[in-house]
Amino acid sequence: MFKTFPKGGIHPPDNKLTADKPIMVLPLPSQVTVPVSQHIGAPATPVVEKGTAVKTGQIIALAKGFVSANIHSPVSGKVNKIEPVTDTTGYKQMAVMIDVEGDEWIETIDRTNTLVREVTLTREQIIERCQQCGLVGQGGATFPTHIKLTVPAGKKCDLIIINGVECEPYLTSDHRLMLEKGPEVLTGATIIMKALGVEKAIVGIEANKPDAINHLTVLSKDFKGVTVQPLKVKYPQGGEKQLIKACTGREVPSGGLPLDVGVVVQNVGTAFAVYEAVQKNKPLIERVVTVTGKSVSNPGNFLVRIGTPVTSLIEAAGGMPDDTGKVVNGGPMMGKALAMTDVPVTKGTSGIILFPDDEAHRSEVMPCIRCGKCSSVCAMGLEPYLLAAASEKSMWEKAEKEKITDCMECGACSYICPAKRPLLDYIRLGKTTVMRMARERITK
Amino acid sequence: MSSTVLLTVIMLSVLGLFSAVILYFVAQKFKIIEDPRIDLVTEALPGVNCAGCGFSGCRALAEAIVKSTSFEGLNCPVGGAETMGKVALILGRQPVAVEPKVAVLRCQGSPDNCVRTSFYDGATNCRVAHALYGGNTGCHYGCLGSGDCVISCKFDAMYMDPLTQLPVIIDEKCVSCGACVKACPRNIIELRKRNKKDRKIYVSCVNKDKGGPARKACKVACIGCGKCVKVCPYEAITMADNLAFIDSYKCKLCRKCATECPTAAILEINFPVKEEKPAEPAEAVAN
Amino acid sequence: MNNILNVSPSPHQQSPETTRKLMYGVVIALLPALAASIYYFGVGAIIVTLTSVFSCVAVEYIVSKYILKVKPSVSDGSAIVTGLLLAFNVPSNLPVHIIIIGAIIAIGVAKMTFGGLGNNPFNPALVGRVFLLISFPVQMTSWPVPSGFKTGYTDAVTGATPLGLLSEGVKNGETVSAIMDKVPSHMQMFYGHMGGSLGEVAALALIIGGIYLLWKKIITWHIPVSILLTVVIFTGILWLADPVKFADPVFHLLTGGLMLGAIYMATDYVTSPMTHKGMIIYGIGIGIITVLIRTFGAYPEGVSFAILIMNAFVPLLNLYIKPRRFGKEVNNG
Repeated sequence: MFKTFPKGGIHPPDNKLTADKPIMVLPLPSQVTVPVSQHIGAPATPVVEKGTAVKTGQIIALAKGFVSANIHSPVSGKVNKIEPVTDTTGYKQMAVMIDVEGDEWIETIDRTNTLVREVTLTREQIIERCQQCGLVGQGGATFPTHIKLTVPAGKKCDLIIINGVECEPYLTSDHRLMLEKGPEVLTGATIIMKALGVEKAIVGIEANKPDAINHLTVLSKDFKGVTVQPLKVKYPQGGEKQLIKACTGREVPSGGLPLDVGVVVQNVGTAFAVYEAVQKNKPLIERVVTVTGKSVSNPGNFLVRIGTPVTSLIEAAGGMPDDTGKVVNGGPMMGKALAMTDVPVTKGTSGIILFPDDEAHRSEVMPCIRCGKCSSVCAMGLEPYLLAAASEKSMWEKAEKEKITDCMECGACSYICPAKRPLLDYIRLGKTTVMRMARERITK
Repeated sequence: MSSTVLLTVIMLSVLGLFSAVILYFVAQKFKIIEDPRIDLVTEALPGVNCAGCGFSGCRALAEAIVKSTSFEGLNCPVGGAETMGKVALILGRQPVAVEPKVAVLRCQGSPDNCVRTSFYDGATNCRVAHALYGGNTGCHYGCLGSGDCVISCKFDAMYMDPLTQLPVIIDEKCVSCGACVKACPRNIIELRKRNKKDRKIYVSCVNKDKGGPARKACKVACIGCGKCVKVCPYEAITMADNLAFIDSYKCKLCRKCATECPTAAILEINFPVKEEKPAEPAEAVAN
Repeated sequence: MNNILNVSPSPHQQSPETTRKLMYGVVIALLPALAASIYYFGVGAIIVTLTSVFSCVAVEYIVSKYILKVKPSVSDGSAIVTGLLLAFNVPSNLPVHIIIIGAIIAIGVAKMTFGGLGNNPFNPALVGRVFLLISFPVQMTSWPVPSGFKTGYTDAVTGATPLGLLSEGVKNGETVSAIMDKVPSHMQMFYGHMGGSLGEVAALALIIGGIYLLWKKIITWHIPVSILLTVVIFTGILWLADPVKFADPVFHLLTGGLMLGAIYMATDYVTSPMTHKGMIIYGIGIGIITVLIRTFGAYPEGVSFAILIMNAFVPLLNLYIKPRRFGKEVNNG
């Protein structure tokens, strides 16, 4: 039975142009730029300096505090400089630039491809390994994994959900990972189960990936406690709260976390990274990135080292098409548009989409016709027309009362609006202002 | 016919009288005893409620002025010296002279000076653009051109110049209420001391990058070379984060820094055009 | 890379639907009813419709460009829709100058004074219609009988509408069954063979248009179904209680502007509630007020007034009826 979440949601065209392109390893670039902040939390502190020789997998920046992550060198070579560079945020952030020489890995990493099913590490050791290997959520949010796997006092966890939904159009990296590394992904799921002390895992996959559903359903018979839940295709099903509601019917309370209903959600890519970290002692230094677009000549899914310039990825996909109007880091609904492609791939880069010019511009903004479509597609039960109008007029108290902080910025409202109003632009502004005001109230 | 009219008139008069009596007693019962001077001061203030004084409205300022013993920190920038003089008269106090200010835009990032490196078509709102990325030029500190400041001005003192894509401040109308300063997410607008004839000398740049990248992004950026600091005879210029800053209260408008600046980042506004000095005196000495 | 890239906040895709497409969708849905009106009322229907649409568009253009001095937004199609709906609410022999006055009131007063599209609290076409009804009661209540192209324009042969006959008859003390002999049969009324305003006669054509609107997701079922169901239930109760004094529900469904109002006028985005719960309450309110006016009120037809009265309640409905917030009740999962 195909499940889904009950309220809201949209159906943008799938455009999964790269669904049957196997993962290809991208050749190493000549220089990588590794930002020290690729995760939620404090930026890491570099522990190398100009001239230091590094090997692949060697730690180059240490996590600062609990909510932070280690950064490891994705290549072997020499550190060129450590200075601020413009990255995918559009602003300058500190980064370590390494000139690539060969590909020498540190000895502790197991580079073989044999599947290791048995999990010998204890619960605490698993979490420590995740922290040492700098694992962060691979779905795009980049939340440090070791924190997510630690259940705080007073909360209980009885289920994990592996997010194989990939509801964003165009992106197929998770799809290919499930098809090509299925056993590793499910082993990663069992490792996560052990770390959290749960016996049940559900892998949620949308119906537009029938091959992945079949493949993992067959494989899951060998994995105790792991089941596959096919889901109807709807955006934003990949959002944690919607996914939990769809798979289990449980609703995360407003302002709460999935742990409040006893669930932890991890992306398929994160499960794979956990497998590699725990069973092969491999830190997070590479990931699968989908490079796609209607005019791209060789779209595909590439296994690329962190820090590779996006220009190298675009070259591998056949070069930037002449009619390119917009380059997006991530999916078309929640990704970030890049002002220049000379930025590095980070731990959170799930895809690069090149939009042709005729799809790259926003339409003219018309007055709101009060059709209510924005409210009917909002999966969080909010009223985007009201929140956007309140934010535009700086009515922050009203925005807070109407629960603007519940918004998960999925973009369904802006997508469906017939008057092409930039609803999410203003809601985001309102959300950051309201959250800042709430923090100031607490600290006063 | 006339009896109807008479009856109507009497009925309405009685009703009116009755209501007046009720209203009088209610007004007396719920009267708030307040210093009557607050009302007088509120009358004297402009009544725009722009919050330029730092209080929520004109009445709030009036209350604060009446309750305090001096004019320390209490000034209406909109009404200026004239209004404060009237208020001082009402309260029988000595007015404090506050130097008038004017808002100044510290950026020259027009398309001619600062090349556009991307095209922004999100919501026309500077805060939204600022939160999104560094901007559509190579300078991540400069004006975004969406006009949050223009919208915030309640005195019609600003408009957006379509050619330069920068806001223009009309000196005659600016009352230095500070709304535009608060509206700008990048703190590009500054309230500076107003001089006679609205003359201004200021560093029209807020770029904190080192000289190389700053100049690469914008032709007239401040590159932090420090020549202006050295040449100023009044020590009015300081350098911090590769950016020069001229203190408008120390500046005596001698214009030496503007001549020295290699990138023309320092602007001199409303001065007469400098004439070329004749070269003869040096030659006379040589002879 | 020499391209200058476009940058905007997410999302980077927008649905292909636009305001203009929605408005033209409504125009297309109204075409069957327009065809039916021309079939029954001939030349008059064509003249009234063209005048109304043209005047509405012209008024919006002139007010935008010369009075408000903003860029005219006529291309979004909303003025055309208002023009069509205004035409559908008046008899086919209405003189041109009265139609133009109606358009000025509908667009100029009921829409542009509030700030144009999206800001008006009351349905512009209905405001225009009600204004004309009150200002020109004679011309607005002389209904041509359906006789196709044999009808002239202003010299059309007129007769009473079924609702008019019902209302007059009940006042005169006739039994409902006697009145039913005078009015067209239910089937004839379904196809539109009766007196009435341009758009209200052909229930079949209106329903076809309504199905089109539902299919294209331009409207949802909430408002039409709640209005019609309320009317059926309310009149059904009255009819069952006293069939001598009250007409049957099907009669009420097919006569007057109920179909037109329920499917096209009450579903106007700008003046209807934003939430589905609110829409149902709105529809029930319209249904009740319509039946009250028709049965106990002075006017034979009440849909226009019912919709306008409920329009006034819409801001209240929007304020108090909120969608269910996700995660509002703590789950005991």
